[in-house]
Amino acid sequence: MRIPLSWLREFAQIPAGATAEDVMAELVKVGFEEEAVHRPTDALRGPVVVGQVLSLVKEPQTNGKTINWCQVRVVPEGQEQTLTGKGIDPSGVQGIICGAHNFVEGDKVVVTLPGAVLPGDFHISARKTYGHLSAGMIASVRELGIGEDHDGILVLSRIGLDPEIGTDAMELLGLYDQAAEINVTPDRGYAFSIRGVAREYAHATGTVFTDPASKVNAPAVLSGGYGVKINDDAPIYGKPGCDRFVARSVRGVDATRPTPPWMASRLRLAGIRSISLPVDISNYVMLELGQPLHFYDQDKLSGDIVVRRAVAGEKLTTLDGKERSLDPEDLLITDASGPIGVAGVMGGASTEVSDATTAVLIEAAHFEEVSIARSRRRHKLPSEASKRFERGVDWQVANIAAQRAVDLLVELAGGTADEAGTDVGTAPDPVTIALPGEFPAARIGIDFTEEQIVTSLEDLGAVLEKSDAGWTVTAPSWRNDLETKEDLSEEVARLVGYDQIPATLPVAPPGRGLTRVQQQRRRLVQALADAGLTEVLAYPFVSKAANETFGVAEEGAPRTAVKLANPISEEQGYLRTSVLPGLLEVAKRNHSRGFRDLAVFEAGMVFLPGDTLGTPSIPPLGVKPTDEVLDALYDGVPDQPLHVAAVLTGHDSPAAAGHAPRPWDWADALDIARLAGDVLGVELVVTQGRHQAFHPGRAAQLSLRSGEVVGYAGELHPKLLAAHDVPARSVALELNADALFEAAADVVVARHISTFPVATQDVALVVPQDVPADDVLVALREGAGELLEDVALFDVYAGKGIGDGKKSLAFGLRFRATDRTLTADEASEARERAVAAAAERFGAVQR
Amino acid sequence: MTETLPGAAVPNPLDETAINAAVDQAVAAIAGASTLDELKAVRLAHTGEKSPLSLANRGIGGLPKDQKAAAGKLMGSSRGRVNKALADRTAELEAENDARILVEETVDVTAAPRRRRAGARHPLSTLQDRVADIFVGMGWEIAEGPEVESEWFNFDALNFKPDHPAREMQDTFFVEPPEAHLLMRTHTSPVQVRSMLERELPIYVLCPGKVFRTDELDATHTPVFHQFEGLAIDKKLSMADLRGTLEHFARQMFGDEAQIRLRPNYFPFTEPSAELDIFHPGAKGGPRWIEWGGCGMVNPNVLRAAGIDPDVYSGFAFGMGIERTLMFRNEVADMRDMIEGDVRFSEHFGMEI
Repeated sequence: MRIPLSWLREFAQIPAGATAEDVMAELVKVGFEEEAVHRPTDALRGPVVVGQVLSLVKEPQTNGKTINWCQVRVVPEGQEQTLTGKGIDPSGVQGIICGAHNFVEGDKVVVTLPGAVLPGDFHISARKTYGHLSAGMIASVRELGIGEDHDGILVLSRIGLDPEIGTDAMELLGLYDQAAEINVTPDRGYAFSIRGVAREYAHATGTVFTDPASKVNAPAVLSGGYGVKINDDAPIYGKPGCDRFVARSVRGVDATRPTPPWMASRLRLAGIRSISLPVDISNYVMLELGQPLHFYDQDKLSGDIVVRRAVAGEKLTTLDGKERSLDPEDLLITDASGPIGVAGVMGGASTEVSDATTAVLIEAAHFEEVSIARSRRRHKLPSEASKRFERGVDWQVANIAAQRAVDLLVELAGGTADEAGTDVGTAPDPVTIALPGEFPAARIGIDFTEEQIVTSLEDLGAVLEKSDAGWTVTAPSWRNDLETKEDLSEEVARLVGYDQIPATLPVAPPGRGLTRVQQQRRRLVQALADAGLTEVLAYPFVSKAANETFGVAEEGAPRTAVKLANPISEEQGYLRTSVLPGLLEVAKRNHSRGFRDLAVFEAGMVFLPGDTLGTPSIPPLGVKPTDEVLDALYDGVPDQPLHVAAVLTGHDSPAAAGHAPRPWDWADALDIARLAGDVLGVELVVTQGRHQAFHPGRAAQLSLRSGEVVGYAGELHPKLLAAHDVPARSVALELNADALFEAAADVVVARHISTFPVATQDVALVVPQDVPADDVLVALREGAGELLEDVALFDVYAGKGIGDGKKSLAFGLRFRATDRTLTADEASEARERAVAAAAERFGAVQR
Repeated sequence: MTETLPGAAVPNPLDETAINAAVDQAVAAIAGASTLDELKAVRLAHTGEKSPLSLANRGIGGLPKDQKAAAGKLMGSSRGRVNKALADRTAELEAENDARILVEETVDVTAAPRRRRAGARHPLSTLQDRVADIFVGMGWEIAEGPEVESEWFNFDALNFKPDHPAREMQDTFFVEPPEAHLLMRTHTSPVQVRSMLERELPIYVLCPGKVFRTDELDATHTPVFHQFEGLAIDKKLSMADLRGTLEHFARQMFGDEAQIRLRPNYFPFTEPSAELDIFHPGAKGGPRWIEWGGCGMVNPNVLRAAGIDPDVYSGFAFGMGIERTLMFRNEVADMRDMIEGDVRFSEHFGMEI
């Protein structure tokens, strides 16, 4: 909301010389945030005066243009030029070249004299042009920054002005005024008016407020006016769409008269374009009182006005020239011809006020918030009217606003008001709230005095009546946001000042610290960073293709993903089922910025929709849903496990003198995955894996002991890397971190540490090439039995002496007993059992 | 290497002068050895089997019995002197040798390569942990919830009326199909609702996490960002408790000089509502008030939605942006640096903020 200060000053006591910034500094205290300052003089400086064109000589130029060489009087005849400065003629007559042709000798115009500065930092000075010394400029509205029209210069008579020569044109056009723009929160419809803001200014400063409504003399009762019926047969939430319709007629109006500059200036500062006198008057009254109005050309109306819901199939061409299909929920203004407006949103073209209009019918109605909001959304028609109606308009002000419009049409457009008028509808019951006396203090923490409470609420316009426990408060008609004792407490606090609230620190009951999962997540993320990886945070928005590549590995498994209804980009219209696509984008971006050796990781949620997605309806607000309904809400939310993933490209460290960096390879990815398991105390079972995103021969599938697959690690598929513009041989891993957290033991049971001597034995086994080393290792461990303390693969050899299709695996076995020193025979026997198990399972032959 | 001294006569083991001369000669030779190799040659020449002293010693056996003791004593002390000189010189030369090797092994430490990558946390993630730690220290707990959420938890339970303009203040990503009433949470407040439904009273929780709004990415906006919201539900909580909590937190984050300011505002889920400003003495461009977040007393309708009796319990809630906090605390000028994943951004912070 933009508030011209001259307007606000009519109803609030603003100090002389106060700036828009000063006013905003006061309003912020009562909850209106500062948005902007609109001040023409920030860009426009005088001297800018009224001049009269004494003579005008048309001089055709060689370039085909014709210019006017004008003598313009800028000081009344017989008076002396008091301005001095380079280019200002002491005679009071300036010679000026002007390219516009929409004026004649004798016209009064706006002259920007040498020394003036126009918007765009355009400095006016006397300069030689077209063979003359042009000392100033005859200005258009656009050059002055007050309009878009630049077809010609501003001829003052055409906006109804005949000022004295030499008059300060900036004063005349209201250019010394300024506006404060504030943000109005959605609960405060009343503050979309000068009336509402003036009242708030008075609250903020403790000064006197003059209600603009009180300056209007509206008849208490209206009758005999234009026929209006309210006939809403389908109220929304049981509330009638229209509960008041005031109609007033003004005849003999001259719609072509210019809007006076004071009104045009205020509208402009308020951000509303001047259109025609009647339209400007309706906007002016709306801005002043907060009541949206609609003007009809009364001669174009046929029969009574009926306010009703639309019938399926009805259409209306609105003021913007668009034909709109109406919805049975739309509230309409109709006459015998059919729809003539979508109530509170936009009027129809057929009854629009035009230059030819002489009889104006003024509508000042009260419409219900939800009905207007829905029509506005449905037709995508945000308007100044709908903005106010959907937030709530004062029911009581309709008649007053209509009268204010009548008065202005009479005064400015030469009209005559009908005695008769229409006022139909039923006032809503006033809202009364029980306010226990001690409640505001308990809610806010300030020990309010009774007087503070009473004065604050009465200043708002509320009526208080003492009750046993405190007060019964009747909310003012313009404050539809006040419904509860909490609302009233806020008002008291707001008016007394939030800065008066003391600070006390409540003591929480003994806490339990971070949960186990929270601790596990921190440990995991920190361990990866400690291991030299860089944490990044990517967006979860991905393409369908990315989800298909990186999602579920199994062939033919359903690859479902959550799709967004309104994504930022259609291309990235899905939510990730894997963290890897984002990491690859990050790798690519870093690569393009010259960083080739990368190790990046992210821990983030992925989105896995189940069989049910959401709920067909949702329960109402303010009531706890039943357990069944809550369960359905919980169940409808997709599974969102935390995944951790990493991408490694290039080398493990920067190249340096005396140091050869090692290229990352598939084993690094696996190693980091194992590290993740290690720091959580979870053993990962590694098997040869198959995943469409990975190299078919260099991917490990990672599982828990239970068999649950929890991730993959290895070299990314070469084609994928090429497609993503990521260096060849880049490796990656991804793990379901939640599954790891869950698998971690609750309590780690200590192991007995034997101090008896160790017996080590090595064994080399020849097995077929396709037997996984880890399977052989497991066979050895299981075959050896309890005496085996540890077994590790220390060499793999294939080639000469081994035989085609075979490989030799060398293992070191460490034996130790908990209760004695092992004999060489005991160790050897255990080793033989281990070898026998490997022989049985894989045909392993000892070398 | 010679084992005898050329031309040396075998001294008589009773001839003290000759023996002393041999000892002196040996000691001088030992002192003159400048390397361990030279010393070894000297040792063999003066103490080897054919050295004058050894031969003289061997001569004791041929002496008359009454002279053996005197000769033995003379030879013993003489050989002792030589051996001591040898041992001392050996130690000296070994020490010199060791020192020389160490000098020769000198490297240019300034040319050392970096062999290990230094990893880094994302500062948003580090900051989130730090905020959580402050509240955990106050006895609060950390609550979390899903990022794709039911519309009811995100809006209705928080007292957003179905047709009220407040619902449109937060540009929401909806999940397809819209009839499923799922969305990407626009704030972490749904976690507050879940906490109220699932936890025992009283409740003191902090809800950090990712939130989503349909803003295009630019220097000051991002469709994905992070928040932390606090919620306290207890008997007799007032706005003074809210202020006290925020003040304590602000001082933990920004130092003892930090101040906060509350300004009236509107949120559907709180009544009264306030905007929270923080006075940042170290702000770039000079000390000033900075808009930090929103807060207020929990609206009774929100308590009712969670089955909590607003006549018995009251509560307060607050919420701040982590990106915004990082921007003014650590002078991050451009939002894009936080989300693009340029490794220089995280690596500059390392493990700290």
